Amino acid sequence: MTYTMTVSPDFSPDYIAGWYIFNTWLQKKTGDGIHLELYDSFDLQRKDIIDDKIDIIFANPYEAAMLIREKGFLAIAAPADKPDEAVICVKDDSDIQSVEDLKENCTIAMADDPQVNSVGMIMLEPADLSVKNITIEKQKNYVLVAKNLINESADAGFFLLDAYDDMSKFVKSQIRPIITSQISVIRHIFLVGPKLSNKAEDIRGLLNDMHNEDKGLKILQSLGFESWENQTQEDSEFMLDLIDTLSG
Amino acid sequence: MTKVQINYHDGSQSEKTLTDEEIPFPEGKLIVSRTDIDGIITHCNQAFVEMSGFEMGELTGKPHHILRHPDMPSAAFKDLWDTVKNQGKKWRGYVKNLRKDGSFYWVYAVVVPNVRDGKTVGFASIRRKPSRTKIKELTEIYKDMLAEEKKA
Ligand SMILES: Cc1cc2nc3c(=O)[nH]c(=O)nc-3n(C[C@H](O)[C@H](O)[C@H](O)COP(=O)(O)O)c2cc1C
Repeated sequence: MTYTMTVSPDFSPDYIAGWYIFNTWLQKKTGDGIHLELYDSFDLQRKDIIDDKIDIIFANPYEAAMLIREKGFLAIAAPADKPDEAVICVKDDSDIQSVEDLKENCTIAMADDPQVNSVGMIMLEPADLSVKNITIEKQKNYVLVAKNLINESADAGFFLLDAYDDMSKFVKSQIRPIITSQISVIRHIFLVGPKLSNKAEDIRGLLNDMHNEDKGLKILQSLGFESWENQTQEDSEFMLDLIDTLSG
Repeated sequence: MTKVQINYHDGSQSEKTLTDEEIPFPEGKLIVSRTDIDGIITHCNQAFVEMSGFEMGELTGKPHHILRHPDMPSAAFKDLWDTVKNQGKKWRGYVKNLRKDGSFYWVYAVVVPNVRDGKTVGFASIRRKPSRTKIKELTEIYKDMLAEEKKA
């Protein structure tokens, strides 16, 4: 049996090699053939999920609702201590000190990450801003979002905290965070589909143990974290309830 | 400082001392709590504990009205319970909450039923920072509602 695995398209390009190595490791440990399919947009990935072409996924939290509640995926694990937090930045020499300094009709730059954008919009609410009274500048990636700030074509921009942290010193010296979310329970999760339900507990055991092995730990580090943490179905259900309250 | 008696829906009462100090909502955070089907607190996050001024142990197992501020009209909470319990829907609203020390804080709350295997097993409230414009609006609206309730 060959399965198809995919990864949320918002991962950093630095981790592509890591995901291939992880895939090889998982094939060896499970004895199953696993094909890694990567997408460069959420729309393309979503289409294949809907068509039942995906069996294993490291998913963006925003996509998890469909996977768990409509497609019967099971939650296995999440990277330990790596919540998905959002940061709003402005140009370093901007007059804007806090969200409340942003006014109607301002321009907000953002990338294609539904989770970050949802949390970003919530952080704008105290300034009475919503999609109805701002201009959105959609960008392909966070470097372009930063560029929008630096060349003053946007007043503020949304970033995934990890992506902001990974940006070069040069870029970071030209932009300034005004608010960072501290939600902590919303994070990317590793899920397996219904075809693998009889193997779910084995895979859970493999991932929970992965960091105890030298080789496993190295692979995890090449993905940007140190260990997996167990994610129960209830942890995920609660995360989905929480995300549900954020969507309007 | 003023002393008030609060009468709860279940017939219980308590004496509270109020101050007019407002505590600002913690930036970037969500204040989260969960209750069982009857509104008894089962979980709360660290932001909830800090903002309420209570200890975790003083919160879990207690009715959620422990935070009730007397400036809130009963009709708001009746609507909350009707929406989440009777209709099984999300409720959204602005709430003025009372801290243990008598000061207060405003939140924008979304309350959802926690549905597991098709059954509602409890409720969760996720609160975020409200806009000042909305707080001003709601302060007036709640004042009028409260005056109506007192007449009745
Ligand atoms: C999940 C959940 C969260 C709630 N959070 C609050 C709250 O933060 N503050 C509050 O005054 N009431 C809250 N309530 C409503 C209380 O249960 C209660 O109805 C209200 O405080 C009025 O008290 P009474 O109904 O006993 O008169 C919450 C209810 C639920 C189900």
